[in-house]
Amino acid sequence: MKQTRNNGYRAPDAPLLHAGPISYSRDGQAILCGITFSVAAGELVGLIGPNGAGKSTLLKVIGGLWSGAQGPITLAGRPLARYSARAIAQQVAHVPQITALDFPFTVQQIALMGRNPHLGRFQIETARDRQIVTEALRRTGTLALADRLIGTLSGGERQRVLIARALAQEPRLLLLDEPTANLDLQHQIGVLELVRDLVRQGQLGAVAAVHDLELAARFCDRLVLLHEGRVLTDGTPERVLSPGPLRTAYGVNTRSYPDPVTGYLRLAVLDGAPVPDASEVAHAAP
Amino acid sequence: MSSAVLSPSDSASRPRPAFLLAGLGVVPRLLIICGALLGLLFAALTYGAATGPTRIPYGDVADALLQYAGADRGVDASSATYRIVTLVRLPGLMVAALVGAALACAGAAMQGLFRNPLADPGVIGVSAGASLGVVLAVTQAASLGSAWLFGAGPLGAALWRVPVAAFIGAMLAALAVYVLSLQRGRTNLAALLLAGIALNAVLGALTSVLLLRTADFNAMRTVLTWLVGSLEGRGWDYFRVIQWPILAAAGLILLYSRDLNLLLIGEESAQALGVNVARTRLIVLALASLLTASAVSVAGSISFVGLIVPHILRLIIGPDHRVLLPASLLGGAAFLVLADAVARTVIAPELLPVGTVTALVGGPFFLLLLWRNRRRIAVF
Repeated sequence: MKQTRNNGYRAPDAPLLHAGPISYSRDGQAILCGITFSVAAGELVGLIGPNGAGKSTLLKVIGGLWSGAQGPITLAGRPLARYSARAIAQQVAHVPQITALDFPFTVQQIALMGRNPHLGRFQIETARDRQIVTEALRRTGTLALADRLIGTLSGGERQRVLIARALAQEPRLLLLDEPTANLDLQHQIGVLELVRDLVRQGQLGAVAAVHDLELAARFCDRLVLLHEGRVLTDGTPERVLSPGPLRTAYGVNTRSYPDPVTGYLRLAVLDGAPVPDASEVAHAAP
Repeated sequence: MSSAVLSPSDSASRPRPAFLLAGLGVVPRLLIICGALLGLLFAALTYGAATGPTRIPYGDVADALLQYAGADRGVDASSATYRIVTLVRLPGLMVAALVGAALACAGAAMQGLFRNPLADPGVIGVSAGASLGVVLAVTQAASLGSAWLFGAGPLGAALWRVPVAAFIGAMLAALAVYVLSLQRGRTNLAALLLAGIALNAVLGALTSVLLLRTADFNAMRTVLTWLVGSLEGRGWDYFRVIQWPILAAAGLILLYSRDLNLLLIGEESAQALGVNVARTRLIVLALASLLTASAVSVAGSISFVGLIVPHILRLIIGPDHRVLLPASLLGGAAFLVLADAVARTVIAPELLPVGTVTALVGGPFFLLLLWRNRRRIAVF
C-alpha cells in the first residue's frame, strides 16, 4: 500500500515511526525546528550533520526519552505520548553513545537487562529470556565474553554488548547514537555491518546518528542531513551527499566519486572557501 | 560479523575475580546465599541468647530456639533455660534483628538509587529528624504538655514517647528534603543530597541547643542513649509495632530490585529499558525512609549498619539488587544481633549502647575491606 500522506511524504510502507513537524527546545534554546522525520521497517536511516545539528536530540525525542516536543510523533500508528516507558521499551531500543559502564555487572547481566520491558514486576527471567539473550550475544559476536565484567571490555566490545542488549529487547525500531564513535576501523565497519544485516534479516527499522559521512553512505539506505535543527536534505546517500547541502551544512566544498577499489561513495574535500552557486542556495533554503 | 576481534586482553585488564556464584541464575544464587545468611542469623541469635549474666551452653540455646520456632526438640518449656532464652533474651534479639535488617536494606537501596557508595538514609535527614523529634519530646515534655500530641495523642503514653517522636521527626525530615529537591515535579538527586546535608546541619544544631539548655539530667541521658543507638530493654511490644512497617516496606522494595539494577547503569538507560524513573525514585525513597524511621524509632540512630553491611555483601555477591537486597536484610539482622551481644558483654554487667559497638567494630573492619578491595570499591 503506497499512498501519499503528510505533505507528499511517500512511505515505503506504513512507517514504523512518524514525527512531524516537531520542534523541541531545552532550557529556552530551540534545538529542533519543524523537523519531519519517519522510518519504516526494513530501513536503515542515517542521521548526519555537524555537531549541534540536533542528531542526538532527535533520537532522544523520537525514542521517548525526552518528552515535551511540540508536534505529533506516532509509533506504530499510536501517539508516542500515550505510551508508558515500558511500552515504548517493548518496541524501541536505544544504543547509547559509549558511556562509562564500569559496574561490576557481567556482559550477560547487562544483556539480560534488555529483557526488562518484557518482564512483570513479579517475574524473573525465564529460560526463554536467557535463550533470547544468548542469541543476541551470538549475533553480536560477544557470546564468548558473557561472563566477563563489562568494565574490562574494550570500546568495540562494549558497543557490541550494548547492541546485544538492544536486540534482547526484541525491538521493532533500533536507535543508535554514534555507534562508531571512538571505535577502531575494523569495529566501525563491524558494528555498522551488523546493524545493516539485522535490518535486512529482521523486520526492524533502524536510525543511526553517524559522524563519518562515507560510512553513512556505505551502510545506510537513506540519509537525513540535519543543520541547525532543521532537515536540510532527506534522500538517497548520493543525493544528500552532493556538494550543495554539504556546503551549507559543513561550509566546505566537496565532490563525491566512487572509490576505485570498492565502488562505495567517497568524498573529496576541496581547497578554498566555498563559493555557493545560485541553484544550491535555493536548495539550501529551509 | 565472523571477523569479531576477540583479542586476548592484556594483563592490565585481566578479568577480575567474578563474584560468588556469578555463573548461576538468580534463583539458585538467592537460595544458596540467603540460606547461608539464614544459618548465620541463627548462629548469631544462638550466640546472642547464650550470652548474658547467666551463660547457657550453645546447644541448649539452639534447642530452645528451635523448639520456640515450632520444632520439637524435647526441651522442657518450664525450664529456666527455656524461659531465659525465649522470654528474657529473645525479644531484644528479635528487635535487634529487625532493626539491623531494616537499616541494611534501606542502605543498600539508597546506595543503588543514588549510585553513590556513601549514601544511606542518614543523608536525606532521616536520622537528624528523628533526633530532633526525640529531643523535643523528651526535653520539652513539660512545655508541650498541653498539646494534643502529649495529651490524647500518641505521645501521651511515656513508653511510646521516644519512638513515636523519632518516627514523626524522621518522616517529616525526609518529606522536607524531598519537597526541597523537587524540580518541575522531578527529583534532582544532587539537590536532594545537598538539601539533606543542609537540613542535617540545621536539625543537628537545633538538637544540640535543646540538649544544652536542658537542666534535667535524666532527660539528657535518655536523649544521649538514644542518639548513639541502644537496644536496651526492647521487648516484644516494640517488635510487634515495628514488624509491620518494616516487613511491608522491605517486601515492596524487593519488587523494585530490577529497577535499581537498571538505575545503577544510568538514568537514561534505565528509562530506555522501560523504567519509570521518577516514580521508582519516589517509591524507593519513601520505602527506605519508612524502613529507617521504623528502625531508629525504637533503636536510636545506630550508625554504620546501613553502610557496612550492604558494602560487605556487595563485595562478595556483586551488585545485583535481586540478591543484594534480601541478603542485606538477613546480613543486617545477623550483624546487629552480634553487635548487640558484644555490647552486652564487653563491660558486663554494664551495657554499652549498641551504636558504639557497630561504629567501633564496623568502622575499622570497613576500612580494612576498603583497603584490601580499593580497586574494586572505586567502581562501586
